[in-house]
Amino acid sequence: MTYMKKRLWKIIIGGIVFAVAIVNPINITWLKVTLFLISYIIVGSDVVIRAVKNIIRGNVFDENFLMSIATIGAFLIGEFPEGVAVMVFYQVGELFQSYAVAQSRKSIADLMDIRPDYANVKKGEELVRMDPDEVQVGDIIVIKAGERIPLDSKVIEGNSTIDTSALTGESIPREIEVGSDLLSGCININGVITAEVMKEFGESTVSKILDLVENASSKKSKSEQFITKFARYYTPIVVIIAAILAIIPPLVIPGAIFSDWIHRALTFLVVSCPCALVISIPLSFFGGIGGASRKGILVKGSNYMEALAQAEIIVFDKTGTLTKGVFNVQEIHPEGISKEELLEVTAYAESFSNHPISISLKRAFGKDIDNQRITKVEEIAGHGVSAAVDGRKVLAGNSKLMEKMNIAYYKGELIGTVVHVAIENQYVGYIVIADEVKEDSAQAIRDLKAANIKQIIMLTGDSRNVGVKVADELGLDQVYAELLPADKVKIMEELFSQKSKKGKLAYVGDGINDAPVLALADIGIAMGGLGSDAAIEAADIVIMTDEPSKIAMAMKIAKKTLKIASQNTVFAIGIKVIVLILSALGYASMWAAVFADVGVTVLAVINSFRALHVENI
Amino acid sequence: MKKSFRLEGLGCANCAAKMEKAINELDGVKEATVNFMTTKMVIEAEDEKMTEIIAASEKIIKKIEPDVTIKKA
Repeated sequence: MTYMKKRLWKIIIGGIVFAVAIVNPINITWLKVTLFLISYIIVGSDVVIRAVKNIIRGNVFDENFLMSIATIGAFLIGEFPEGVAVMVFYQVGELFQSYAVAQSRKSIADLMDIRPDYANVKKGEELVRMDPDEVQVGDIIVIKAGERIPLDSKVIEGNSTIDTSALTGESIPREIEVGSDLLSGCININGVITAEVMKEFGESTVSKILDLVENASSKKSKSEQFITKFARYYTPIVVIIAAILAIIPPLVIPGAIFSDWIHRALTFLVVSCPCALVISIPLSFFGGIGGASRKGILVKGSNYMEALAQAEIIVFDKTGTLTKGVFNVQEIHPEGISKEELLEVTAYAESFSNHPISISLKRAFGKDIDNQRITKVEEIAGHGVSAAVDGRKVLAGNSKLMEKMNIAYYKGELIGTVVHVAIENQYVGYIVIADEVKEDSAQAIRDLKAANIKQIIMLTGDSRNVGVKVADELGLDQVYAELLPADKVKIMEELFSQKSKKGKLAYVGDGINDAPVLALADIGIAMGGLGSDAAIEAADIVIMTDEPSKIAMAMKIAKKTLKIASQNTVFAIGIKVIVLILSALGYASMWAAVFADVGVTVLAVINSFRALHVENI
Repeated sequence: MKKSFRLEGLGCANCAAKMEKAINELDGVKEATVNFMTTKMVIEAEDEKMTEIIAASEKIIKKIEPDVTIKKA
């Protein structure tokens, strides 16, 4: 028999004996009392035993102790039925509570059930089932249809489609082929894939995500901190008031009866456990964080959840956040040299950088880069690059670079990112590169405005023309363009002074080269976290996909979570205070007190369940 | 150093909060969390004191909730 069932049977049998004691027609006092005692022992003995054990261990004021005192006290003042009834109700409530907690633990575990159980490792010709923990980098694994990808790896054989929804909340499957990166936690839908392991299990995406979500609750929100503090003082205060209530009024008020006031004091004790609060508030946050992770939104702590619900200013980085970050060469405009030569020289000069612009140049150039032709590469942050290509000094970068080097350049209006190029300080033309706005960026901005965000601002290192064009297209409130990394920090500091005291400032970036700004913001949000460790490390909230619309969704989840948490706080404290007052005045029975204790806990736990459900948000 | 454990049978949220508070007050503990919902305990502490701290934490847990078993996670 399980522990739960055993408890249930005890309550049922005890309850029957209790019922017999009440309806029993033979009115002999000792018989009634004996029946009440028997039912009390069946139902409540474990509580009393635990209370005694805990006192021996020096642990007073726990629930068991309080319940024992209250019920035994009721017996001593002759309220036998009430003493037993309170114990029965308490046990029923506790059982419900255990059940509710077990259920919510289970649904949280289900939510995080993205952990792969095994990996099929190729050993010679054989396939060996291994614990993903034991597989090493470089091992070859086989993932069959329907199996979960156990470790981050690279496909070396086979085509398939994979379901990334567990990580991203994205329902459209992704096509993969030889050379594709596989992320652990995704599910292989059809083909058989052979892949080489790129990361150990502990370093793999699935471990990182699980770790993050499980540990998120260590960063506590203000409401959780409040509850913890409240709980610490609540019980002792209630117990002290109960003691005063039992002793003082009968001595002071003429005609007051001791047993009546002791009864009131005992009722007080029943309400003195803060469990409803202590369970339901963290559970609400945990549910919200769990639900968000299902949507591909990782929140690193309840405090960030809270902050997000209070966001007032949202600052977006442009490239890779609101725009696709996929640049294409649109125009090549040489002066004095051929188009091919201009592209070649620029691609070479930029070849050491991983900036999206250099990548697009290399792609447009289309040939392999011979590293030996390049020397003395120097990146000039916010300006561009200086490099020696075939021994000639090449400068490639924005207009600021040209100004800085005193080189005359084309100053006409150009929409897009312009790379000006000079060879041996002689201007040789420019290349225009443009980026596209993401499909859901406009929707994202509309949703955020609907969610009462006061200011939506974009920062970009890009030219003013490009910045203004994107900002107009999306309906942003403000845009700061042509920024150096240090400028972004300065603007953030300025924006901080504009927000209200309670409002929070969020920064959304790609997490790759804006770590300082992410850290500075109240809430740093990184986009496109899937597969990018840097983004996961640097940010407080990670959006696994590339969709900025997820930010509005995250805000909705945060607001809902906070609402549930405050409902629970108000409800639990409210009911307890009301019952405390009523019982002090003699209007509340112990039955009401038991409801205020366990009933409220169960209701609050059920309410916090709602935070888990984010399907229709 | 960070170590994590599972507290099987953790039954009362207030107790989890009490454990967390007491373990955090141990000498050498940087940060300790006891998560009631996941039943996970994480202790971050100075390397040399870790063994002592774990032993002391076990005592604290047993004192507050005797039915809990501590397992390595």
